[in-house]
Amino acid sequence: MTKAKKKFFSLKKTTRIDLATYLGVIIAFVVMTVLKDGGALNRKTLGLLVPICCYMSMAVSLNLTVGILGELSLGHAGFMSVGAFSGVIVSQSLLTAVPSAPVRLAIAMIVGASFAALVGLLVGTPVLRLQGDYLAIVTLAFGEIIADLVNCLIVGYDASGLHILFNLSGKKTIDDLGLDAAGYAIIKGAQGATGTKTIASFTAGFVLVMLTLVIVLNLTRSRAGRAIMAIRDNHIAAQSIGLNLTKYKLMAFVTSAALAGAAGALYGLNYSSLQSVKFNFNTSILVLVFVVLGGLGNIWGSLLSAAALTILPEALRQFADYRMLVYAVVLILVMLATNDPQFKTFFAKLLPHRHSAEEKEG
Amino acid sequence: MTQKTKLVPVSREPALLPERDADKSPVLECIDLGITFGGLKAVDSFNITIGRTEIAGLIGPNGAGKTTIFNLLTKVYQPTHGTILLNGKDIHGLSTAQINRAGIARTFQNIRLFQNLTVEENITTAMDTQMHYNMVDGILHLPRYWREEKVVHERALELLSIFHMEKFADAKAGSLPYGAQRRLEILRALATNPCLLLLDEPAAGMNPSETAELMENIRSIRDTFKIAVLLIEHDMNLVMNICEGIAVLNFGRIIAKGSPDDIQNNPEVIEAYLGRKKEA
Repeated sequence: MTKAKKKFFSLKKTTRIDLATYLGVIIAFVVMTVLKDGGALNRKTLGLLVPICCYMSMAVSLNLTVGILGELSLGHAGFMSVGAFSGVIVSQSLLTAVPSAPVRLAIAMIVGASFAALVGLLVGTPVLRLQGDYLAIVTLAFGEIIADLVNCLIVGYDASGLHILFNLSGKKTIDDLGLDAAGYAIIKGAQGATGTKTIASFTAGFVLVMLTLVIVLNLTRSRAGRAIMAIRDNHIAAQSIGLNLTKYKLMAFVTSAALAGAAGALYGLNYSSLQSVKFNFNTSILVLVFVVLGGLGNIWGSLLSAAALTILPEALRQFADYRMLVYAVVLILVMLATNDPQFKTFFAKLLPHRHSAEEKEG
Repeated sequence: MTQKTKLVPVSREPALLPERDADKSPVLECIDLGITFGGLKAVDSFNITIGRTEIAGLIGPNGAGKTTIFNLLTKVYQPTHGTILLNGKDIHGLSTAQINRAGIARTFQNIRLFQNLTVEENITTAMDTQMHYNMVDGILHLPRYWREEKVVHERALELLSIFHMEKFADAKAGSLPYGAQRRLEILRALATNPCLLLLDEPAAGMNPSETAELMENIRSIRDTFKIAVLLIEHDMNLVMNICEGIAVLNFGRIIAKGSPDDIQNNPEVIEAYLGRKKEA
């Protein structure tokens, strides 16, 4: 055993898993970049690279709320939507002011994250003071409301700045903005964002995933993470040791929302046109499926299942009609596999060396 | 709600103070404390004074209201009337978490550990209110993070050594045997730096030799940390051996207070536990 190897195994188990997760993501990125530059990937796979990164980041951030905080959120796509459209608006309005695409992308993602965090704070502050499943109900409604609100949004940009219009009556069009000759529309109500300059790149996706990992994993290993998990395990005991429940719940929820916003901004800037329907209830559930399938609180599991479940439907395009059906079946099987003792012993028999295999992975 | 403000003249029953604490201000005073659930007076005119380094016991038959009193002291329930003075200050209006920061820590009758955290994390989480690094320090693992994490790690091991549990530090709390879980709960409460420790049936489910060890531990905790302990316990051997003052509760009222000897010979206490002797 080399010295480095020895040092690696003397680390705490959680630290080892974290390091292995980072390493896995870096290796995957390098391999995909080499394949991409070598021209070994077809168009379809190339187009999937950025969405996979976005969904990975979505899954990891939702895991913070669902797995680590233990509160069910059914509106994660809503935060993605907020991030996506605010990111698109920022990027499109800075077209001339910031000519460098990577810098503009970074600004758009930061703004997207900030807006999503703000909205998360607004949604979370009243709800997270309560005990129970209220967050699930409220976030479910929030996802629907955001989709409808974006549908009413008309935004344009010209020399005098941003023009924003809420088309609540349903009769207004882009002409009502009163743009000057050089002005252009960014979001056209129900048509969504059109004519967006696509500046998302695989490298940006990789950076996003790594940032998400660093934030979520390091937060989990800090005093805040311990407090958040303590609240999940037993909120009465958590109160009895002096923890401020609302503060820590909000911390986890808002962080999760902000990361979803950043992922949304990247996602939005990957397509020249984008409708708010893209971020509907089905997307929220899809991300939740990633988290449940990967294991609650299991970060690398979220990464793997997000990647696998994004690639699979594309690979099996002709069966796309049955996708939701398959998800339901997979969810039930996973619940059985994790909770049913008979199922567990069955798998334990199939994999006699499971423990040592885990050690190798970790 | 008729919450009496501070220092309303109330006729106090004889205090329950060991002699060495007599000259110091008491750590806890309950004055005419009570709570009603609907029409039921669960606790009524509860008066007690606990000395700064006293080990006090609260005993009584099942359903007498002992745990309710713990829940009143930690504001899980809001008292319907009466005053609680902690270190001479009225704790009216504080939340459960604020009560803990003010100095009362407790354990639970049915164990409430953070099952999925490790033993060490259970203790370091309890030190959260004494830590100062913020979220950014935590996410970026800045020097402040390492410094404070090192301190709490060492303190956690120190606390674990009280019960010789260092070897379990990295085990999941939920995987510990029952007795060890009870002991961990006491350590978690201690980690919050309390001045009053409330133990709800600490010896429940322990065998005689474990109980004997626990008695020694409670005494040494009191001596090392110079704190007061109020415990609810059904094991009379433990109560009579380590408690300096005992209050007996029946149907929500104190029926006797005093030293273990007084209590053992009190006819009302014997009646509450064993019933009245039939007239011949």
